[in-house]
Amino acid sequence: MDNIAVRINGLFKSFGDQTVLDGIDLEVETGKITVIIGKSGGGKSVLLKHIIGLLKPDAGEIWVEGTEITGLKEHSLNEVRKKFGMLFQEAALFDSMNVYENVAFPLREHTHYPEREIDRMVEERLRQVGLLGFAGKMPSELSGGMRKRVGLARALVLDPDIILFDEPTSALDPIISLTILDLIKETQTRLRKTYIVISHDILGMFRIADKVAMLYDGKIIESGTPFEIRKSTREETQEFLRATKIPGFTGG
Amino acid sequence: MFKDFLEGIARSVRNGLKALGSVSTFFVQCLYQSVRRPFKVNYIFKQMEFIGVNSLLVVAITGTFTGMVLALQSSYGFKKFGAEGMVGAIVALSMTRELGPVLTSLMVTGRAGSAMTAELGSMRVTEQIDAITVMALNPIKYLVAPRVIASFLMLPVLTAISNFVGIIGGYLVGVKLLGINEGAFVNKMEKILGLEDIYNGLIKAAFFGIIMSVICCYKGFNTKGGAEGVGRATTEAVVASCLTILVSDYVLTSLMF
Repeated sequence: MDNIAVRINGLFKSFGDQTVLDGIDLEVETGKITVIIGKSGGGKSVLLKHIIGLLKPDAGEIWVEGTEITGLKEHSLNEVRKKFGMLFQEAALFDSMNVYENVAFPLREHTHYPEREIDRMVEERLRQVGLLGFAGKMPSELSGGMRKRVGLARALVLDPDIILFDEPTSALDPIISLTILDLIKETQTRLRKTYIVISHDILGMFRIADKVAMLYDGKIIESGTPFEIRKSTREETQEFLRATKIPGFTGG
Repeated sequence: MFKDFLEGIARSVRNGLKALGSVSTFFVQCLYQSVRRPFKVNYIFKQMEFIGVNSLLVVAITGTFTGMVLALQSSYGFKKFGAEGMVGAIVALSMTRELGPVLTSLMVTGRAGSAMTAELGSMRVTEQIDAITVMALNPIKYLVAPRVIASFLMLPVLTAISNFVGIIGGYLVGVKLLGINEGAFVNKMEKILGLEDIYNGLIKAAFFGIIMSVICCYKGFNTKGGAEGVGRATTEAVVASCLTILVSDYVLTSLMF
């Protein structure tokens, strides 16, 4: 129990006639990077939104560090949310604030640190993501990759136990994707926090994942280490792997 | 055929009630978040500047020209039975009781209400509102309550300014342009215009401020469907706010005066 950060049992969710999550069972280990791979529109984001209580399931349980969150009222749910940080798909930076204010926002709202301490913490996070010189820029002045790095700094600033990543490499070119992935891996290696990543980029994720779970048709069809998933004999997993291989290229 | 027609009406009524219900819930949440600590005073001041200070010019121009045209039109009517002296009173009464609050609210809806919907709508579609929730904070407290409080406070102030410049406009046209006797103009105005006319007009304005901001924030907060959704929400918010202001104006006036 102790080394499981998030445990999901029999999670169901449908919107109208469309069943998106059809009985999800998943365990996320503490201090590891767990990647959930699935097709676009396959319910990955919906699953992530359940883990942080933005959506309520039709049935099933979600345990976050020993607390079952699906029945919680907003106030108690907020206590659980304080354990989380999240990097959104488009970073979701507040566009009325500059980079510095975006990263400082969670500190200002949740702590009583003096401004000098906030300065120091924001600087440290911005240095970690390599954007120290950009504190005064507005989000609209940054590239997609930079925005994600600021989003990562903001997600990490309160030192949460669990960090969620919604498609961290989507809409980025391959080089920037690699820098983001390396940054994710590097911060995790240093901080030893639980990272949950959802993505369709299976090859990129093999680079960072400790554990991979395959989401298919609203179910987790298999999970294991990247090595085990590569060797999987399941047709759906193989299809996913084949689709991302470049024809005539034997590596990857 | 007739059954379809009835079903259509039933569906519209049901949807209307549903919308009314969710706007009311939204308003109650906003009230609750407004009185809960910590108070977001700097957010409120920022919105007061945007809704109030930045609307000054638009409201002043609207008020001045409304007062001017009122003087022009009413003097035409009163001249027919030699009662031009009444023009001042009519301008003052119309401005303070009716046109000041209503036109100010409509102008502010167009200028600031639409911006509220568009801003909150794009924050919704780019997941910025979710980001606030994920940080264990209440987005209504940070985004909606300051806008509603600022509108509630600033609409009466803007209306008072509109009333003032409207009456000045009426005076300039009536006395300086049309040559109405200045003594009669001011004297009648002073005699007929009561303090409660001014107060009630300002109370209406505060009420319109709440209506406008709650509807516009609600529409923005619940936007769906990307850039197109933001556009649609903004149009709907402005139309719904204006109609609600005009309808509630009648109801409030009949209750208050």
